Amino acid sequence: MNKVYHTLKTIFLLGWSIFVVFPFLWALTTSFKDANAITSGATYIPWVDFEPSSQGWTSLFTTGSQGINIIGPFIDSAVVTLIASLVSLILGTLAAYGLSRFEYRLGFVKNSDITFFFISQRIMPPIVLAIPFFLMLKELGALDTIFGLVLVYIALLLPIAVWVMTDFFSGIPKELDEMAMTDGCSPIGAFFRVILPNSVPGLVVAGMFCLIFGWNDFFFAFTLTFTETQLLPVSIVSLNSSVTPWWSLSAFALISVAPLACVAVIVERYMSRGTMSGAIR
Amino acid sequence: MLSSKHFFLLPALLTLVAIILFPLLFTVRVSFSSWDVFQSGLDFIGGSNYVRVFEDQRFWQSLQRLSLLSIISVSLQYTLGFALALAVWKQVRGGRLMRVLFLIPMMTTPVVMSVIWRTVFHESLGPVNDILSAFGVGPVPWLSSATGAFISVLIVEVWQWTPFMFLLLLAGLVSLPKEPYLAAAIDGAGTWRTFWQVTFPLMAPITIGALIIRLIEASKIMDTVYVLTSGGPGTATETSSYYIYIRGLRDFQIGYSAALSLVYLVIMIISLTIIAKLLLRMLVGKDE
Repeated sequence: MNKVYHTLKTIFLLGWSIFVVFPFLWALTTSFKDANAITSGATYIPWVDFEPSSQGWTSLFTTGSQGINIIGPFIDSAVVTLIASLVSLILGTLAAYGLSRFEYRLGFVKNSDITFFFISQRIMPPIVLAIPFFLMLKELGALDTIFGLVLVYIALLLPIAVWVMTDFFSGIPKELDEMAMTDGCSPIGAFFRVILPNSVPGLVVAGMFCLIFGWNDFFFAFTLTFTETQLLPVSIVSLNSSVTPWWSLSAFALISVAPLACVAVIVERYMSRGTMSGAIR
Repeated sequence: MLSSKHFFLLPALLTLVAIILFPLLFTVRVSFSSWDVFQSGLDFIGGSNYVRVFEDQRFWQSLQRLSLLSIISVSLQYTLGFALALAVWKQVRGGRLMRVLFLIPMMTTPVVMSVIWRTVFHESLGPVNDILSAFGVGPVPWLSSATGAFISVLIVEVWQWTPFMFLLLLAGLVSLPKEPYLAAAIDGAGTWRTFWQVTFPLMAPITIGALIIRLIEASKIMDTVYVLTSGGPGTATETSSYYIYIRGLRDFQIGYSAALSLVYLVIMIISLTIIAKLLLRMLVGKDE
């Protein structure tokens, strides 16, 4: 019985691993193919099945009519995601700390209602906000700019930061702040000198979720930017609808998912230490 | 009276209110106007956009399709994610490597991976039909038939988001207390019984949380559909978000799409609240 169970488990884990890896491996082999290798049907092993070519990769870094520029969109994506994540993390951490330590009251609105207001923004479908955002940014002259996108992404990421950090702070004992304050710190001083240095695990998890949702957003970038500012997801979709060959598309895709795939290593470390559980409940 | 406690909360609160509240109120106002390609501006036509929403068959069908898609995909993600988490929970060989590997799909950009999936599902040049033909199956019209397209979207969604379930559930498993397991072992309960009588009930709170979060995210699905099938063939994979997008930003019926999106938002809030209540009753046994 135990042996059967063990075998089934191994088969399941192996099968799932293959499913997970498959699209990446397929993209990797495709990126080294040329027109002949693509049109002759699906092939898998370089040198055996087809003669590898590097044009998929070189085309991404050549300029001019033949090339596809990946460097510009990569920088735009990185700048927008990093700035928006950083601002959301700072504002979100402050708000989460406030909500976990002080009492706020505005008529019938209490702390829990304010927290709910932040978190409930995640339920909002992007399409509901797309048109008003478009008109608002047009009014501000911020359409098709990095500034405009950063503004929108803050609204997208702030709820995530507040959500993760509120849970994290509720796990830090209040005695820690009180001790700092009896030592003569102001509430703000206590936060910066004592609480913040002890919050690194929560900040890592919150920051990571901000990076994921920022880097991977497509819809807002698609509706609010056109030519001046181009993010990676938008450029690959516009390549996809033109006549761009599979080898360039595959290489492009691999480069744009590579930075965050590395984040998985960090997440795993925090998860196996058990620090994750408090932060994502 | 500004004190230090306002220093913490106000910046975030004001930012979010400024960025979200104005657009939302504006959408409400626009939904009572006839704003479209021919007539841009805020006139007032009463509730006729809303009347039109209730008669719009295509919208209600997209909503049904969305419900079916989210419920099936989230159930699959939960089952597979839980199974994977249980499988790597206790020490297994290569466990660390597998945990990292299993997380990677949720870190990748949905539209970018959909571009790859399109080539994977390609009818004559893609690997899936090539492999299937080796078993004498096929060629399956993955993206050009209604059922095939629906299943393709489902597969991509499961690939992308099972890792999220895996992450939450494994984090939950790691932080479970040890004592109930000792008690179960003393009682001589087998693996199967231990799971249903100890692990599953202890995991109920995290199960509810994970299901709700995923249902919320799944109800917004649009990126994958846009790239993979463009809602087609016909309207076979058109979700509500995608339909509203077509009406609003393709046909430029701004007023009507505003009404559509508000109805959609209200339906989402109501149904997710009901689902959350039902799950609580089913899994925890009592109300609240």
